[in-house]
Amino acid sequence: MNRITMEVARYRPDQEEAEPTLQAYEVPYEREWTVLDGLNHIKDEIDGTLSYRWSCRMGVCGSCGMMVNGEPKLTCGAFLVDHAPGPVRVEPLKSFPIVRDLVVDIEEFLTHLVRVEPWLVRNEEKPIAEGEYRQTPDELDIYKQYSMCINCMICYAACPVYALDPQFAGPAAIALAQRYNLDSRDQGAERRLAHLSSGHEGIWACTFVGECSVACPKGVDPAGAIQRYKLTAAMDWLGTLLPLAER
Amino acid sequence: MSAHLARSGPPHAYRRKASTWWWLTRWPYFAFVLREMTSVFVAWSVVWVLLLLRAAGLGEIQYRQFFAWSASPLILISNGVTVVMLVYHTLTWFNLVPRVMVFRFGRRPIPGPVMAGSHYLAWAAVTVGLAWLLVSR
Repeated sequence: MNRITMEVARYRPDQEEAEPTLQAYEVPYEREWTVLDGLNHIKDEIDGTLSYRWSCRMGVCGSCGMMVNGEPKLTCGAFLVDHAPGPVRVEPLKSFPIVRDLVVDIEEFLTHLVRVEPWLVRNEEKPIAEGEYRQTPDELDIYKQYSMCINCMICYAACPVYALDPQFAGPAAIALAQRYNLDSRDQGAERRLAHLSSGHEGIWACTFVGECSVACPKGVDPAGAIQRYKLTAAMDWLGTLLPLAER
Repeated sequence: MSAHLARSGPPHAYRRKASTWWWLTRWPYFAFVLREMTSVFVAWSVVWVLLLLRAAGLGEIQYRQFFAWSASPLILISNGVTVVMLVYHTLTWFNLVPRVMVFRFGRRPIPGPVMAGSHYLAWAAVTVGLAWLLVSR
């Protein structure tokens, strides 16, 4: 069995550690072992005090996002063999406060997420007797890409704007807002736009670096969503200047 | 970093500050900053054209003096760098067009390469038109 060194960030505030440090572990690996498998090996066989988040091991839950050799990745999708002969450096996702070891605090994101109302907003609900809100495959295609987001925070770790300004709602929250704006069943676009088109928090803070879309493990294009959102906001503002808009 | 930008989080959480040199940490970040910096050269090219028009309006002597000034090494080098930066500015923004603008032909979205390609075609057409205008005189 091959072996590789994993340098894992440790931060234990209960042990008066002032800042994170790297701890090296020698782990065995097979060809199909992921970085998450390596961490699980450390946790199970070498050092049970290591803390990190994980759940599904198949790129669906979005909980195992970490920095792998400086790149934001889902550790269940990053293979150790791709980093041989090593070492593989594993750190908590960039830009978020570190709670312990590889666990980050995502409360800020959750606050932003709720504010953009990522659910179907209806001004008027039709009676249940009238049936469901139907949608054609073409209408589904318009927003489907954005519905693939798994809230893994990889895009936030790739975004330098979020790193510099935590008030920025960030790529995933805005892409999810756009996902519902583009949904033919939704009527909440104006409410979301009012929130996202003003101040530090919204779409204008994005400078289109584009790394959020490059890093996304699910092929979502948050950067594109934000730029399209800007176009919509600009057209909306232009519309308010035209006399026809009053009618 | 100002106080209002301080990150929240649990009391014992370790908060990291973004480095001033973040744009040097990864090539895509540097390419982004370079793309933004090209705006300075776009501004300079506009100023140069405005100066050219002003000189043309003032008469032949001023017009020739302007070109003599433009032929000085400093301005030649500046304009050479400006041309490179303008091309970079144009290429990067044209390539980003499909990400921003989604047009549909019937029910299908127009493919990204077609969207970007139409901008390149328009650019080529304007360039050929201007070249024809200048050469044919």
